Amino acid sequence: MTSERAQKDEEHVFGSAIDRQEDPRLLTGRGTYIDDIQKPRMVHMAILRSPHAHAQINNIDTNAAEAMEGVLAAYTWDDLEAAGVPGNIPSIYNVPDQQDADHPVLAREKVRYQGKPVAVVIAEDRYIAHDARELIDIDYQPLEAVVDPIEATKTDAPTLHENVEDNVAFTWEVGDSDAVDEAFADADRTVGFESVNQRLVPNAMEPRGAVAEFDAVTEELTVHMGSQNPFDHEEIMSKVLGHPKGRIRIVVPDVGGAFGSKSMYYPGETLTAFCAKQLDRPVKWVETRSGAFKSDEQGRGQVIEGELAVDEDGTIRGLQVKTTAGIGGDLSSKGVVAPTTTFAPLLSQQYEIPAIHFQSRGMFTNAVPTAPYRGVGMAESAFTVERLMALAARELDMDPAEFRQKNFIPSEAFPYETAVGSFYDSGDYEAGLDKALDLVDYEELRERQTALREEGRYLGIGIGCFVVAGGFAPSAASEMLGLTDPDAAVRKSFWESSTIRVHETGEVTAYCGTASHGQGSETTHAQVIADTLGVSVEDVEIIEGKDTKNAPYGTGTVGDRGASMGGGALAKSAEKVIDKARRIAANQLEVAEEDVEFEDGEFFIRGAPGKSVTLQEAADQSYLATNIPEDMEPGLEATSYYDPANMTWASGSYVAIVEVDTQIGKIDIKRFVAIDDCGKQINPKIVEGQVHGGVVQGIGQALYEEAIYDKDGSLLTESLQDYPVPKAAQVPRIDVDSTVTPSPHNPIGAKGIGHSGAVGPQPAIVNAVTDALQPFGIEHLEMPLTVDTVLQALHDAEEGL
Amino acid sequence: MYPAPFEYYRADSVREVLELLEDHADEETELLAGGHALLPRMKMRQDSPDVLIDINELDDIIGIGHDGGETIFGALTRYVDIVDSDRVWEDCTPIAEATATIGDVQVRNMGTIGGNIAHSNPASDPPAAVLASNAQIVCQGLDGEREINADDFFVDAYSTALKEHELLTRIHVPNLEKNDAGAYVKHPIPSTGSALIGVATILHTDGEAIESARVAVNGAMDHTIRLEPVEEALTDEPLEANTAVSAADHVTNNLEVGMLQDDIHASNGSRAKLLEEYAERALAIAVDRALDSSKAMT
Repeated sequence: MTSERAQKDEEHVFGSAIDRQEDPRLLTGRGTYIDDIQKPRMVHMAILRSPHAHAQINNIDTNAAEAMEGVLAAYTWDDLEAAGVPGNIPSIYNVPDQQDADHPVLAREKVRYQGKPVAVVIAEDRYIAHDARELIDIDYQPLEAVVDPIEATKTDAPTLHENVEDNVAFTWEVGDSDAVDEAFADADRTVGFESVNQRLVPNAMEPRGAVAEFDAVTEELTVHMGSQNPFDHEEIMSKVLGHPKGRIRIVVPDVGGAFGSKSMYYPGETLTAFCAKQLDRPVKWVETRSGAFKSDEQGRGQVIEGELAVDEDGTIRGLQVKTTAGIGGDLSSKGVVAPTTTFAPLLSQQYEIPAIHFQSRGMFTNAVPTAPYRGVGMAESAFTVERLMALAARELDMDPAEFRQKNFIPSEAFPYETAVGSFYDSGDYEAGLDKALDLVDYEELRERQTALREEGRYLGIGIGCFVVAGGFAPSAASEMLGLTDPDAAVRKSFWESSTIRVHETGEVTAYCGTASHGQGSETTHAQVIADTLGVSVEDVEIIEGKDTKNAPYGTGTVGDRGASMGGGALAKSAEKVIDKARRIAANQLEVAEEDVEFEDGEFFIRGAPGKSVTLQEAADQSYLATNIPEDMEPGLEATSYYDPANMTWASGSYVAIVEVDTQIGKIDIKRFVAIDDCGKQINPKIVEGQVHGGVVQGIGQALYEEAIYDKDGSLLTESLQDYPVPKAAQVPRIDVDSTVTPSPHNPIGAKGIGHSGAVGPQPAIVNAVTDALQPFGIEHLEMPLTVDTVLQALHDAEEGL
Repeated sequence: MYPAPFEYYRADSVREVLELLEDHADEETELLAGGHALLPRMKMRQDSPDVLIDINELDDIIGIGHDGGETIFGALTRYVDIVDSDRVWEDCTPIAEATATIGDVQVRNMGTIGGNIAHSNPASDPPAAVLASNAQIVCQGLDGEREINADDFFVDAYSTALKEHELLTRIHVPNLEKNDAGAYVKHPIPSTGSALIGVATILHTDGEAIESARVAVNGAMDHTIRLEPVEEALTDEPLEANTAVSAADHVTNNLEVGMLQDDIHASNGSRAKLLEEYAERALAIAVDRALDSSKAMT
């Protein structure tokens, strides 16, 4: 039987780099993604999106489209209204100073970004739907557009939402401005810079889509969709569509990546559901890549000013940061957080900074809405601080590694409360950077850099140290995010739940509220259970919260919570299962419960290991229920709700080594070292994969990617032909290693690792390139570091500009 | 990603292609070769031809031939077959070198040299190599065959000297002779790998001096062009590294920066700088190779 094998199978436990259990299915084409779902009588929806970034809609004529053979219907806002659909997407996370503004699922009188859904067509096949879409005739009256968030603040800027005349969607601040003023007045020197953390397109491999089915008799609406938060989506869909929550079922099949982009609430899935209700037929919508470029809510897009006050000896005195975010034409359902509550809490990064002040404003702009994208706010935060660290080290003529080492929060100072009120749970930042510097042989590199400069070759070494908040989130955090407000769109907290059922065979079915979309949770969750219960990973089946009517309530896979929150919840249930099984075993062994020990799937009498009861035998007894303690209910199953005491605070120490060919503006990443501390690792191979993927995205932001809009709000990088996602050949070797400081409050000691890879590379690479170009007096370069950016900077340096 | 409706024909012969073109003269017609330029455009409905004529089965114009002093590329020869041919690397170095930099393996398995040339994408790699190689491009119409010199072939962005109902069938490329050398170098566009700037060159030498040279560039202008001032600066100069450097100074002699391509991938200022640098690099490589081959001869 399996548990015996598991006892001996050291490989199948917590901390082992076993293969992902889901891969054989996914890699052999046996996964089920949205477009694989077929239903009888299914019809297809195509969305017509606005070609204008800002325009009044005078008239929409759908007659020609509807007259086309094979077309069932075309709908506009008026049809939603006529059907009594509320149709307005709410903001989930909120800050106190925030404006209400329209976010209709189909344009109502106005469009505020290129790509805004204006109408839908439903046809017998998707070709007809796309043909018919071209026949919808819309009379637009174009309006002046504003794309740059700073421009949007000006008094003569066009107004996007009539009720928000100044275009300010929200403002927020945190920290002690008086203390910062004092620190800046008192410090020996200050360094500052302003930079644009450019807009990014999330580009999940699988574009968004949905298949919706409606049962006109029971009024049950089933929506198959890629979702990171199915239960949130169920709740919001109920409100947006005006359909009872109890009669909506969200089912999430395999998901081809998300990076945050499938955690927001969007028009497309709602419209698919609406069409299914109207037509009483299953409706499929799968967005095209071009459509995804203009509808998947984009990342970053902030103009950030940062200033650091330091003393001559390298002591940091204070930090102030102001950000102006261009949040797009509609406020995304999660549009508030990146420029506010995920940005500021990380501002102390790895350093003791006695005074910090942060100010933020979100500006409506005629662009695709912005929302959480891998690294959300934390990438902006780390980039700002780590660039300031490099600039300050240069200003002080200190080695940038030494300057960091001088200011690290010492490992004995944890738990550590930062000047912005974050409680870091644990960390050893010095160890992380030391490991990274050792790996690259830092001292030797600096010598080589000097020698190469003599030959006219420009080597640069850049450091990016950061902290990432994960394990989202203690219920106490809900208040800060506006989730406890009486009229909150989703009134909830982000604890996690799990249920573990041990079958009479010893096999285990475990339910967990996470909703993985590529993370490998089927494997890591199984490892946590296998380790705790002493069973084999193959004998653990994981059912995640990806079906809102047939899975336990959960809060999804976002915010680096899959392993720490899901794993934590599962570990708690596993303990409960063991406790119950121990009583059964004690009963069998005819000893007191206290005298029964559990190890590797077996209960035995302390001091008398010869006589034992396996977990499977206890499970078997629990179902027979003929020989269990009298007061005990049958069955071996436990449910837990895990509400953590704190977030988890992972960290990373990244080093990039680049060589810049100054003749052609080319940056060659010679080596990239990523040292991460995500606490205890359930599966180092999955950790490594997460870091690799994240680092590639970080390199993408540093060197290649930017959603470029022209002044009229047209997206110029509207396909992968123009928007350079890094290809394998453009990615250097990535050396991944780790340090481990377990999270002291998490049941399994785990922290998050999802965001980290996409947070550290940007500062490491920009610091490396500016380090390489120090002989030219180049202090800062804006991302992405394109050929234009580098050649222009060198040209300006030459001209003495 | 859903093209508009179109009529589809698969032609079995050059004659059939030409007849289909004539039959559908009143409609928008496209020829489907490798499809890597056309199909994405159709999927995005940037091109919506009424008629698509698939020419992938025209065996007559597939393959590489060798005839006296020239290499003959059938228009439907896939990139991969060019890149895999040692003889092409030897006889027509810039063609092989440019083709090897196109896209990735999948693209090179499908894309065709003729389709590429006929498309005349300004950022594509082979046009400069074809132009620098002084190739003759053969096309077939219902009235017969004609040859177009590469100098006259590339007219504008996505526009060539091919007439409406002609089919490009072959490309004749003069082989490098002993003491000659060629090269192609490029700065790729990060998103597509196409040429932000690509420079192809052929040096005809006697082992000691450059007798004549051809230098052509992709990516700089709306179509591939020759850099005549550079060619002149190379002619009758000694075969040595310095010649490459000083000749490259003439790159922008008759090119205003303002005439260069200016887009999201790079400004015209960057392109001017890259053009000079890559011209120098291409020439330096070609000089090196010519020196190596003449050394090998002696």
